[in-house]
Amino acid sequence: MAKMTLEDLRKLRDSKKSEIQKRDIAGKDTQIIIGMGTCGIAAGAKVVLDAFLQALDANKLENVSVTQTGCMGLCYVEPTVEVITPGMPPVIYGKVDAAVAKTIVEDHVMRNKMVSDHVFDRPSADIIKDGGK
Amino acid sequence: MHASLCDFLSDIVQNAIEADSSEVRVSIEEREDAMSFVVTDNGKGMSEEIRRKVSDPFYTDGIKHKRRKMGLGIPFLMQAVDAVGGDFSLESEEGKGTTVAYRFPLKHIDCPPVGNLVSTLVSMLAFGGAYRMIVTRSLVLGETEESYELDRGDLWDLLGDFSSSGNLQLLKTYVQSQETALDEIRNRP
Repeated sequence: MAKMTLEDLRKLRDSKKSEIQKRDIAGKDTQIIIGMGTCGIAAGAKVVLDAFLQALDANKLENVSVTQTGCMGLCYVEPTVEVITPGMPPVIYGKVDAAVAKTIVEDHVMRNKMVSDHVFDRPSADIIKDGGK
Repeated sequence: MHASLCDFLSDIVQNAIEADSSEVRVSIEEREDAMSFVVTDNGKGMSEEIRRKVSDPFYTDGIKHKRRKMGLGIPFLMQAVDAVGGDFSLESEEGKGTTVAYRFPLKHIDCPPVGNLVSTLVSMLAFGGAYRMIVTRSLVLGETEESYELDRGDLWDLLGDFSSSGNLQLLKTYVQSQETALDEIRNRP
């Protein structure tokens, strides 16, 4: 890969934008929030951020919001990730690695299906509140 | 404990951003035998009393996490630098800002690996907030010196919101291309 200039980046951005406009926008309104406190960083949160970007790119999901936050208070299951997507309760996943991040994109973001083995907080309270439906 | 030099950098830069800074400058200089980092912010700075306590892992100012009794970022870094015979310094003035500078000797057997600098830079630039960040990254090998600069403001103006996955991917592609140019120099026979 040749060293890009800002002008190269501008051209790449413009070509990507025109590609996106041709597609249906999937993943819109979905938020992925990655715990990037000291505990998260030590446990590999940046690998997870990278894996989410790769999986979203591979599935052509350009409009998902990916942000970072500090420690979510679940240091014992870092890296932690909160996923908020329409039609689903907010879910905090723990012990997320690159493979789990890919599964979260493919199952939770794209198919509204929780990755149950890695759910550590939030959904049970919401499900109970909604009568388990 | 952190696994790579990049992990320490993430922590220190995050401290700088969270100190209410409007500008953070990061310098990363790699030589054959050492990697040096300088993180300067114009945030709230530290009083003399807090400066004395930053090496204590059981001290925190309690602002970010009210019930938390630990602050591990700087103690982790100081211990790691000490273990490999590197250098660490912290200068801070209340109300003016803080500079953290440290150097790891890369050839020390216990020196952690550099880690993924591209992901680290993307993560640093994309951390939430309206701060300006300028990263200067250089590689010095003998007589050869190559560097690049990332200005968060310029990149934000060009790409827009860094929380969008598409924009983050573009940012990553851009940073990767800068690092690939340095790799080519590093791999020259």
